[in-house]
Amino acid sequence: MRYIPHTTGDVVQMLERIGVGSLEELFTGIPASARLKRPLDLPPAVAEGELLRELKALAARNATPSSHLSFLGGGAYQHFIPAAVDLLISRSEFYTAYTPYQPEISQGTLQAIFEFQTLVCQLTGMEVANASMYDGASACAEAALMSVRLTRRRKLLVSRALNPRWRAVIATYCRYLDLELVEVGFSADGRTDLDELRGKLDSQAAAVIVGYPNYFGIVEDLCALAGLAQGAGAKLVAGVAEGVALGLLKSPGELGADIVAGEGQSFGLPVAFGGPYVGFFAARMKDVRAMPGRLVGETVDRDGKRGFVLTLSTREQHIRREKATSNICSNQGLCALTATVFLSLLGKEGLREMAVQNVAKAAYARELLAKIPGLSLPFAAPAFNEFVVRSQKPLGEVLAGLEAQGILGGIPLGADYPELADAFLVCVTEQHRRADIEVLATSLAGGAS
Amino acid sequence: MIVGTSGLVLNEKLLFEHSDPGRKGYSLPQLDVPAVQLPGELCRAEIKGFPELSEVDVVRHFTRLSTWNYGVDSGFYPLGSCTMKYNPKVNEVACRLPGLVDVHPATPGHLAQGTLALLFQLQEMLAEISGFAAVSVQPAAGAHGELAGMLVIRAWHEAQGNTRRTKVLIPDTAHGTNPATAALAGYEVVPIASEGVLTLAEVEAHMTSDVAALMVTNPNTLGLFETNIEAICALVHERGGLVYCDGANLNALLGIARPGDLGIDVMHFNLHKTFATPHGGGGPGSGPVGVSAALVPFLPGPMAVRDGDAYRFAGTAESVGRLLAFHGNFGVMVRAFAYIRSMGAAGLRHATEMAVLNANYVRARLEGAYHLPYADRSLHEVVFSDRDLANDCHTLDVAKRLIDYGYHPPTVYFPLVVKGAIMIEPTETESQETLDEFCDAMLAIASEAESAPELLKNAPVRTRTRRLDETAAARQPRLRWEE
Amino acid sequence: MEFPEELKYTEEHEWVQVEGDLVIVGITDFAQDALGDVVFVELPEVGSEVAAGKAFGVVESVKAVSDIYAPVSGVVEEINEELPDAPEIINTSPYGDGWMIKIRVSDTKELEGLMDATEYQAHIAEEH
Repeated sequence: MRYIPHTTGDVVQMLERIGVGSLEELFTGIPASARLKRPLDLPPAVAEGELLRELKALAARNATPSSHLSFLGGGAYQHFIPAAVDLLISRSEFYTAYTPYQPEISQGTLQAIFEFQTLVCQLTGMEVANASMYDGASACAEAALMSVRLTRRRKLLVSRALNPRWRAVIATYCRYLDLELVEVGFSADGRTDLDELRGKLDSQAAAVIVGYPNYFGIVEDLCALAGLAQGAGAKLVAGVAEGVALGLLKSPGELGADIVAGEGQSFGLPVAFGGPYVGFFAARMKDVRAMPGRLVGETVDRDGKRGFVLTLSTREQHIRREKATSNICSNQGLCALTATVFLSLLGKEGLREMAVQNVAKAAYARELLAKIPGLSLPFAAPAFNEFVVRSQKPLGEVLAGLEAQGILGGIPLGADYPELADAFLVCVTEQHRRADIEVLATSLAGGAS
Repeated sequence: MIVGTSGLVLNEKLLFEHSDPGRKGYSLPQLDVPAVQLPGELCRAEIKGFPELSEVDVVRHFTRLSTWNYGVDSGFYPLGSCTMKYNPKVNEVACRLPGLVDVHPATPGHLAQGTLALLFQLQEMLAEISGFAAVSVQPAAGAHGELAGMLVIRAWHEAQGNTRRTKVLIPDTAHGTNPATAALAGYEVVPIASEGVLTLAEVEAHMTSDVAALMVTNPNTLGLFETNIEAICALVHERGGLVYCDGANLNALLGIARPGDLGIDVMHFNLHKTFATPHGGGGPGSGPVGVSAALVPFLPGPMAVRDGDAYRFAGTAESVGRLLAFHGNFGVMVRAFAYIRSMGAAGLRHATEMAVLNANYVRARLEGAYHLPYADRSLHEVVFSDRDLANDCHTLDVAKRLIDYGYHPPTVYFPLVVKGAIMIEPTETESQETLDEFCDAMLAIASEAESAPELLKNAPVRTRTRRLDETAAARQPRLRWEE
Repeated sequence: MEFPEELKYTEEHEWVQVEGDLVIVGITDFAQDALGDVVFVELPEVGSEVAAGKAFGVVESVKAVSDIYAPVSGVVEEINEELPDAPEIINTSPYGDGWMIKIRVSDTKELEGLMDATEYQAHIAEEH
């Protein structure tokens, strides 16, 4: 087997040196009763070429941008990925390396994470960012727990307009921690209902958690939300599911957010059926000791040369154990590196240009769809690259009709929002050409009324 | 004979220090729809300090950074409990295949039958390997799988009405994530002692009616199989508790023993350890969780299920819920799937046998020169200590000097039960030749401690940076670049 | 390793300087040596109440973190304002400039339970 170098000769020599007669003797520490008495029942080993053939057959059974025109978003976004990204992160010194616990031979990883932390601070307008989390949803759950630690309060006010899967993850994390999750609804314009929030904020509120943009693609009024939350002594957590939005929108930090938890998949990571993605997490320097996750800091070596190390490790599980700020061990190292490479290539202008194109193309799609009889756009507030479309004709039929023409029109909302059972979420990015948007509109017009 | 050597390595500033206004590294087509402005008050000014670099700058930057790293492809990585085995290259091709890499997670199930089939088959294969009734592949990392496992345990207890069980027993050899995870599930941690392995008596003494679970690692972090595990599981069950197993050391058991058969109720896997997916400099990993039949309804969901020839996602009413926005680290799962399919049952067993052979070979070669705290037969990893080193040389010094010899150091100062622990796990993908060179280096270092200790104290000298001031980093944290 | 005779000691490695019903508290030379370079210390607010045997603060080094326990119950009268910005003083002068808090004792009988220098040294020998 090409991954295991031992020849029979090697094995004989090594057994001799160890002082045993057979491999079986090495396992005498395992009681006979514990031993498996049959071979594992797995498919027989397959040669390399055959393996790829098998995987390609599986691949052929899936809808992709080659087979379907897709307007799916909802927390995973199809964006342009420059060719250099994958080539750089495929350097084996990056991807086959371990966590940088031995800093002298990990300066590549450590400096790149330091750069990632900086980029996240710049994008979010916050003072400190960690080395990344598993994904945006779990980062948001950790932000909720951090707010509880900081305020010592037990109530979390979560906007219903925050991505439903993010809300589900927050609920899972909070499940046995004796915390109260309170839902705050959204108004007719698609933004979190400030009056309802005002009514529900009290001296037990640890955090207010909203999406920015929210699940409907809408830009929430973070400034007003921060005012309300902090006025009651709670933290404002901004959950950013679509990182590209930060290329154009005001940063959550400058609008008053206390913690920003976001999803970095848009920064160079393929949609890959849901993962691996990368969560980013940023806060204020005064709260750094309550932050979860790894942190890389700058320092010097014995000769005074600049270098980077993992630092403030006493917050983490391997030292603090049950009092740790989280149990998180891995970050999503290579994914954070991917985002760093992507953001370096796009740069100041490129990220803005990408964001501007997203806004323009989504607006164009909205304009065309709004004109189609039988369809309506319920939410009027300004949006980034996603929007909600309601259909008079049964939604199932509408989407099936699109699918028959090779189009994935959007994500049905009914399962998460019963009052929107006739609606779907459409996402348009810079990857959609004008012609693609017009095809969507034409197909919908053909079948919608 | 030193494998590590010095060479020309290039310096490289931070991205932001290279920035030059107006430089660009991207290519986007012209906007082909009417331009639209969002209201001004919603828009930011330019992102201050954000890099402006050409593609050449970026490529040089990261290429140079990569040369400062050491990966498994560079050399040996004997990190105990990390299973740094070789990362097969076909797996890198597999996870990048069109049709796998570009499928949106919200794709309707009937248009994602290939990815669903792969997910389902991986669930099944992991269940067969471990002896559990079902496996969820959603958790993103080992600690995440551990969290899933502890939430499942708690959910089961609550369904039984056992609300007074508030404690979890954790041995002193456990990974740090174990107590942190127990706390996240709302449990109180009760540490218990081990004499190498856990004794039935020690567990019995602590297994009171307010204990929900025992967390174990098997084999444990000393590389020893928990010989009393079957009796311990039976006892815990008898007293109304459940047993959680940290599956980090599964590489010692493939085809040899199955945790599910021993009475263990829940276990997390580390695909980035046992199943050869790359460590990525700190992730992404993947931490599936397997459970016994009674706990299946509580698994995080949804999971892939099969109906005849078709696959779909299904959840259960009793599930503890979601831990991630989507289905898990699918790209990592593709690699693990490819690995298991490439190895087959016989290959996986051979991997375990060679992993155990390698660890025992290293043990035999080093046990004269380094103190071996536990004499019992160890499996895939071996723990030494710095007790017998001359001239006040410590484990840290050995680790740093090993770097000069061209090796990534083993795990150091863990497990905590051994003072100055040096934990070595070679894995099966290393040849006798590599092991001999490594052992020669370790023996040379022990000898240097005697005759020239300053070589250890000053190490490493061949690396781009010398030892770094971690105290200063913690006292005055500088966690980002500023203009 | 120093064990000043005039001080009292706790099992958790704090030292206590008794001045009537006011006590000064810090961590011992043994404790600072075990911790390594101190990087951070968290102290309670002046005026807050502390209880014997309960943690009142935290001291952190690069590789470890420890709670600091109140030797007696009472009210925090003063804290060492120098420490947060210069935690390394705990390493260089654990019994002097590295003092942490002053407690106005509520029940002086609790002072009787503290160890003297000899007992403390014996305690360390036993533990290790």
